[in-house]
Amino acid sequence: MATDHELRLRERLARLRSVNLLGGARLSAEVEKLQRQLERIAEETTDEDIWHSVELARHQDRPYTLDYVDRLFEDWFELHGDRGRADDHAIVAGIGRFDGRTVALVGQQKGRDIKDRIDRNFGSAHPEGYRKAMRTMELADRHDFPLITLVDTPGAYPGVAAEQHGQGGAIARSHALMARLEIPTVACIIGEGGSGGASALALADRVLMQENAIYSVISPEGCAAILWRDAGEAKKAAAAFKPDALHCFELGVIDGIVAEPEGGAHSDPDGAARLLAEALREALEDLEPMAPDELKRRRRARFRSLGVFA
Amino acid sequence: MSTPRIDVSIEHRDAPEPNQRKHPNTCPKCDSHYRDDELERTLWVCPQCGYHFAMKARSRIASLVDEGSFVEEAADVRSEDPLNFFDLRPYTERLAEAELKTGLGEAMVIGQARIDGTGCELSVMDFSFMGGSMGSAVGEKFSRACDSAAERGVPLVSVSASGGARMQEGILALMQLPKTVAAVEDLKDAGGALISIVAHPTTGGVLASFASLGDVVLAEPQSLMSFAGPRVVQQTTREKLPDDFGLAESNFRFGHIDKVVPRPDLRANVARLLRLFSKNGD
Repeated sequence: MATDHELRLRERLARLRSVNLLGGARLSAEVEKLQRQLERIAEETTDEDIWHSVELARHQDRPYTLDYVDRLFEDWFELHGDRGRADDHAIVAGIGRFDGRTVALVGQQKGRDIKDRIDRNFGSAHPEGYRKAMRTMELADRHDFPLITLVDTPGAYPGVAAEQHGQGGAIARSHALMARLEIPTVACIIGEGGSGGASALALADRVLMQENAIYSVISPEGCAAILWRDAGEAKKAAAAFKPDALHCFELGVIDGIVAEPEGGAHSDPDGAARLLAEALREALEDLEPMAPDELKRRRRARFRSLGVFA
Repeated sequence: MSTPRIDVSIEHRDAPEPNQRKHPNTCPKCDSHYRDDELERTLWVCPQCGYHFAMKARSRIASLVDEGSFVEEAADVRSEDPLNFFDLRPYTERLAEAELKTGLGEAMVIGQARIDGTGCELSVMDFSFMGGSMGSAVGEKFSRACDSAAERGVPLVSVSASGGARMQEGILALMQLPKTVAAVEDLKDAGGALISIVAHPTTGGVLASFASLGDVVLAEPQSLMSFAGPRVVQQTTREKLPDDFGLAESNFRFGHIDKVVPRPDLRANVARLLRLFSKNGD
């Protein structure tokens, strides 16, 4: 006899099969991959699986934005500074050749060793970082370069200077600018997609998520501290708010899941980059024929449709 | 601004009062105590020291609009529980409790109104409904307010008071940031204006979306407007926080808002802005 749980999984798989965003031969590979994931979920408890994603998304060897830049772009040229105050190293911005065309890229960058981590502020940007991102987006818009964003941050930095320099306003304006762009835009969550600091770079025509990335309104620890009054209950919190790619996909928050090599992106960064490149290429090819104002209109409509209410 | 009061409550002098919560109508700054109707008359501002009490959405609307001009919209929009969220209690229980407590269906009320004769759309948040948190229902209501303003060619006046995105709706709560921002951009493309009034407290996802995007941004005195709250900043950075951390006055000094406006002057300020933004006299 089928349990409720099994029925839910079957329904979920049926929905995934009907999606044709990742078209062609790759679709079947993708569904196969997801089917494997679902089977794994069916075997293990869902909570454990979600927590596994949280751990992999934060894995210290997980490829970061610049690891992908090295593997994806030719003629990469990094841009520095917000033209006002500072150069925030938690956000990387630049232009490069991707598949024969110039694209602009913006993404958060975490550090590998202690010194590097501090220099990158653990991937937590100040307002200056978002302003650097915005000036790069404006540049892309002016020159008709498609925009790729790679999201990987525990959240925007909560500090005195960050507040004094307008963290909330900078994040709001980064969202707003992305809603105005008249170029194809693709965002991919490649690790932690933490709160407004993440969505500020992800108001894109296509939002993708790597298989083991997480995307959430608050960190599991933060949620546990507030709702359970105990940061140690992070696992419970994660199970409750479901930040994993499959759940984000089910809720319509993302348009596709980018497969990772067996064991996670860190086990084979080259393989992870190839899979990411393929997904970005496909999304861009999909979007490039569309008229600029049509892109903008659809992008806004996409985000305006998100939410569940009565 | 605040003159220390002579303490006449001798019988309570020795009563231990450490963790005891003060009565909601007792001024946290000067300890003066008022009846509801007294505070209602003074717009929930302490007549003694000028402290701004939290203002309920209905009182706020009454304090801003021309009498009888408010026509509520989207009153039937309610939150759902897409994640079957359960922390210490089910989300649906928290929602029902909030509705009973506040008499509101959600943390935001929207509708058409006139202020000093000029038409506008109004969206007002209520902090007493689950900390004014923004979930799908709040996002939807704000979006509809933008559309209603654009359709009628009138400015949108937004009053925010929110702890941020509603955790119980997970990633969908975060998606209300891009959603409300997209709605503001649609309003601005249609030639509409957004006047944002920041009330205490406006933090997290609401500050990081529509509340910061006003063509003009006003804030009430001493209201907290910060992306991260003081406690989070303190715990993360171990920095000593300035006394005015995140307050409206500090935000004014750093250039993030246009004016700090005491509540009794809000209506006149908004009315002036509406006249200035209105096309051909309406």
